[in-house]
Amino acid sequence: MAGYLKIDHVDKSFERNGVTSEVLKDISLEIEQGEVISIIGHSGCGKSTLLNLIAGLTEVTSGAIFLEDKTVSEPGPERAVVFQNHSLLPWLTVYENVNLAVSKVFGAKKSKPERHAWIMHNLDLVQMGHARDKRPAEISGGMKQRVGIARALAMEPKILLLDEPFGALDALTRAHLQDAVMEIHQRLNNTMIMITHDVDEAVLLSDRIVMMTNGPAARIGEVLEVPLGRPRRRLELAGDRTYLKCREAVLKFLYERHRFVEAA
Amino acid sequence: MSAEAQFETAVPSKKAKVFAFPAPSSNRRVDFSKLAAGAARSVIPPLVVVLLLLLIWQIACSTPGSSLPPPSVVWEQAGELIWNPFFDYGNGDIGLAWRVFASLQRVAVGFGLAALVGVAVGAFIGQSVWAMRGLDPIFQILRTVPPLAWLPLSLAAFRDSHPSAIFVIFITAVWPVIINTAVGVRNIPNDYRNVAAILRLNPIEFFFKVMVPAAAPYIFTGLRIGIGLSWLAIVAAEMLTGGVGIGFFIWDAWNSSRLPDIIVALVYIGVVGFMLDRLVAGFGAFITRGTAAN
Repeated sequence: MAGYLKIDHVDKSFERNGVTSEVLKDISLEIEQGEVISIIGHSGCGKSTLLNLIAGLTEVTSGAIFLEDKTVSEPGPERAVVFQNHSLLPWLTVYENVNLAVSKVFGAKKSKPERHAWIMHNLDLVQMGHARDKRPAEISGGMKQRVGIARALAMEPKILLLDEPFGALDALTRAHLQDAVMEIHQRLNNTMIMITHDVDEAVLLSDRIVMMTNGPAARIGEVLEVPLGRPRRRLELAGDRTYLKCREAVLKFLYERHRFVEAA
Repeated sequence: MSAEAQFETAVPSKKAKVFAFPAPSSNRRVDFSKLAAGAARSVIPPLVVVLLLLLIWQIACSTPGSSLPPPSVVWEQAGELIWNPFFDYGNGDIGLAWRVFASLQRVAVGFGLAALVGVAVGAFIGQSVWAMRGLDPIFQILRTVPPLAWLPLSLAAFRDSHPSAIFVIFITAVWPVIINTAVGVRNIPNDYRNVAAILRLNPIEFFFKVMVPAAAPYIFTGLRIGIGLSWLAIVAAEMLTGGVGIGFFIWDAWNSSRLPDIIVALVYIGVVGFMLDRLVAGFGAFITRGTAAN
């Protein structure tokens, strides 16, 4: 059976001033509907490039990516992205930012009151309904990221792509948002791919962790199953043996077998 | 609670004292002395300087045989122009406000066209690398041509002074608008473009919903430079093309040796130019509120 999202022998290289640099080499991965996948690796290993390929923001050099057996060739709302730095349009209010997405994606399918209800539903999902009339500059970093998630969810994507979504946040805010993402997944059972460099985040949130080797020409080094039931609670898992084993496996991969030499 | 439990869980030992802040006084009287002080700070210094300059001018030009009139003579001979800008004695003998208004109409048309064309062309250049490579060098050369150098050519092309004057304003104001818009569009963060790509905004939606708001601070910088240049150009162009307008008024006054009138007209031009600049700046600040802060 073919996966929901299928990444099939994808290579990616960039060419600049006649010099070709290979970023990703022979990436193959199949993801089922409803799965949460984390992609982890040292910086510069091409994690974000891989996400951009799935989003369609960059083109593959060779190989192909299929979503429900259709080739991914351009960006689109069925593969919504939550960007690391939120990317809200600063001249629009929270509501208008989500509205931009909703009116574009559902402009023909939903009536105006339906669209309004859908916007508020998504803002409430991330607990941001109260700030609908604020501009991005008036809310905190964590709130901006919540709105970014609401905007992406409001597109009703087949697959939600998160590019280091909590990387710029402090630890406490990050934990809150991780819980929020787990809750949303519990309710919607949506497919998610998340880039991260946080081992705990990867183990806590995902069903499988894709570990990348160091670049150039990074590959998938290992794929780790996280056999933990859901819903997951961070406090209970803090001492859980399976959790700790998974955590150790990722740490060993990152710091023993694939140490990032340049970072030393 | 046992003593043991107290060791295991941290319990705040004391309650913090609560101080009541005094309620804000309900009578919200405007503090006139503060307002007056603020006004004094911004009005008195320039006023003193102006009075000083007038005094120096008066002394310098009071000698018999002086080539320029002192302020007292200006007030005497051109007083009516100052305190009655709206007179209309017929036969083209009208107050300076009417003349300024005629010039402003030309500026409005010429600058309006320059704003529309400038933003459109600037957006095109900012978006397309090849358009920039092809057009930018040409624009960089053309923008250094002084406004009046275009006038003979435009008189030849339009065979009428009125459209020629408007064309000169247009061609003067359009370059800073184009160049600033192009820079603004080129500086649109890649993230905004990615958001637009994921939403599949078409070019028209992208132009109005992302490009114009994102580049608005740059566009308004260009417009502000443009309006200043158009006001410079209109006075010069009118001196040559004639008709009703503040520029022609100066030329006419020179030809009939009415130096005090020229001095009054200069002040008018300065004040109107200042107000135009403030108007565009204020409009820009209003439009781009929330955009600059990110």
